[in-house]
Amino acid sequence: MTKMAALMQWVDDRFPATKVWNEHLAEYYAPKNFNFWYFFGSLALLVLVNQILTGIWLTMNYNPSGEGAYASVEFIMRDVEWGWLLRYMHSTGASAFFVVVYLHMFRGLIYGSFRKPRELVWLFGMIIFVLLMAEAFMGYLLPWGNMSYWGAQVIINLFSAIPVYGADITEWIRGDFIISGATLNRFFALHVVALPMALLLMVFLHIVALHKVGSNNPDGIEIKKNKDENGIPLDGIPFHPYYTVKDIVGVAGFLFLFCLVIFFAPEMGGFFLEPPNFTPADPLKTPAHIAPVWYFTPFYSILRAVPDQQLGVVAMAASLIVLFFMPWLDRAKVKSVRYKHWSFKLWVALFVVAFVILGYLGMKGPTPMRTLVAQICTVYYFAFFLLMPWWSTWGETKPVPERVTH
Amino acid sequence: MSNDGVDNGKRRFLTLATSAVGAVGAVGVAVPFVKSWNPSAKAQAAGAPVEVSLDKLEVGQMVKVEWRGKPVFVVKRSDSVIEALKNTKHDLKDPTSEKFPEQQPAYVDKDVRSVRPDVLVLVGICTHLGCVPQHQKETEVDWGGGFFCPCHGSRFDLAGRVFSGVPASKNLEVPPYSYTSDSSIMIGVDEGAA
Repeated sequence: MTKMAALMQWVDDRFPATKVWNEHLAEYYAPKNFNFWYFFGSLALLVLVNQILTGIWLTMNYNPSGEGAYASVEFIMRDVEWGWLLRYMHSTGASAFFVVVYLHMFRGLIYGSFRKPRELVWLFGMIIFVLLMAEAFMGYLLPWGNMSYWGAQVIINLFSAIPVYGADITEWIRGDFIISGATLNRFFALHVVALPMALLLMVFLHIVALHKVGSNNPDGIEIKKNKDENGIPLDGIPFHPYYTVKDIVGVAGFLFLFCLVIFFAPEMGGFFLEPPNFTPADPLKTPAHIAPVWYFTPFYSILRAVPDQQLGVVAMAASLIVLFFMPWLDRAKVKSVRYKHWSFKLWVALFVVAFVILGYLGMKGPTPMRTLVAQICTVYYFAFFLLMPWWSTWGETKPVPERVTH
Repeated sequence: MSNDGVDNGKRRFLTLATSAVGAVGAVGVAVPFVKSWNPSAKAQAAGAPVEVSLDKLEVGQMVKVEWRGKPVFVVKRSDSVIEALKNTKHDLKDPTSEKFPEQQPAYVDKDVRSVRPDVLVLVGICTHLGCVPQHQKETEVDWGGGFFCPCHGSRFDLAGRVFSGVPASKNLEVPPYSYTSDSSIMIGVDEGAA
């Protein structure tokens, strides 16, 4: 035995290093027919690492107080060496996070990755999505610009729709009669300590659950049904080195686009960093046009589409909650879009259109015409999910192959 | 070890009793964590009353003052506006402030929502989601004038009453206020409290 092997043996006798490495990488068999849709899970991990790393470095110069926050962000941008890059990596990373997560979720939708036995993978993923929204929302207050301020004002006031206790709850969240340094300080604590820890825990559970049941694939069939004499799936290949190498290609493509934004369009024309946020927070003046960052706008549109405050909040919450039920809403006989009836493609295509229109309208000021369009899209959004148990059984499905295809 | 003579009922009781006591303890420990989020003594002390002089306020004009960090609108209304407000009941969700009486002190008029009909005092925060509505004079717009919220398009008339068909459900809040003289008001002190 070489010295290295002996050392490894010493460790393995005390900690399951080799066992964990094998179970989750070297001998974790993933279907061999993954396509580009399968990049986005590992890319989400990459962005998470980016956010944590740049986030830690930003806290080294950030000042979470009503008096100092705005100035400290400008200090990071102008006076800290490379501070501008760290901040742009973090702010662009926030948008990139939602880009890859939305694509990751869409992949699950079209290939039926949430179906039995992967319900818990989906549920853990949905919790990650909601935590991510909270994390992004709280992070957005920290620059203490005027859009930060009024965006937080609007979102916190969603809770005022709660009967009887609404006003007390919003006061409790803010820690003041208005959004103030007290609010900023607690959001800072949640953004940099509490929510990242919760996110990391949920990501861990998401992956543990996935590795228990094994990955789905574009054919939506179970590779564990066909195993060789050693119990290894015939259509499986070890995650490492095959998919680690494949994912590096995805990383390279992603970083190319990511750097393009960071270096040439860090504000993305007002989509990633909004113009009113270059003015310090002013409690007496709402920006003339107020809108959340692009990744919240579909849900924001649903909120606005309902001409009643309480019902609007209920509709927005419901638009997120309904996603949790996906594993039990889809009743189709097959998982993957490849073998489903053509009507599935139509329902999904219209859903994408409605979601994008809602997102667009959420960035725009309200007019009667836009409100009507938002209402139509909102109705479709809910119809898509609530009628799914019915329409997912429509029509003939194509025969599913025994083994994965290419 | 054999299971003979084990009283499972007793074990279950002890487990339950221990869990119950533990849960009470957990709730007790949660109290300081939850309560520490309430406005601090410092924040509460900052909510002192504000005096506003009405001397220089022209008819139709609005001044914005800060009270407890919130914008407060003080508007002087013309006689024709007051008359119109008294006669308008349709198109409003809560014309006489009966649905949400907590939006105003008991001592203000039910129709024009003020102590003295010509001077309107409102908290300038939209009851929908908390943006600051813009004042629009009756001469500037064709819907009688009032307040328009740029965030979600809610509209309120010149008594702060919310129109139908907009996201907000409640009328704009009338803060507690009182006259200290003919031409000045104290925002934050109830009428008759001083």
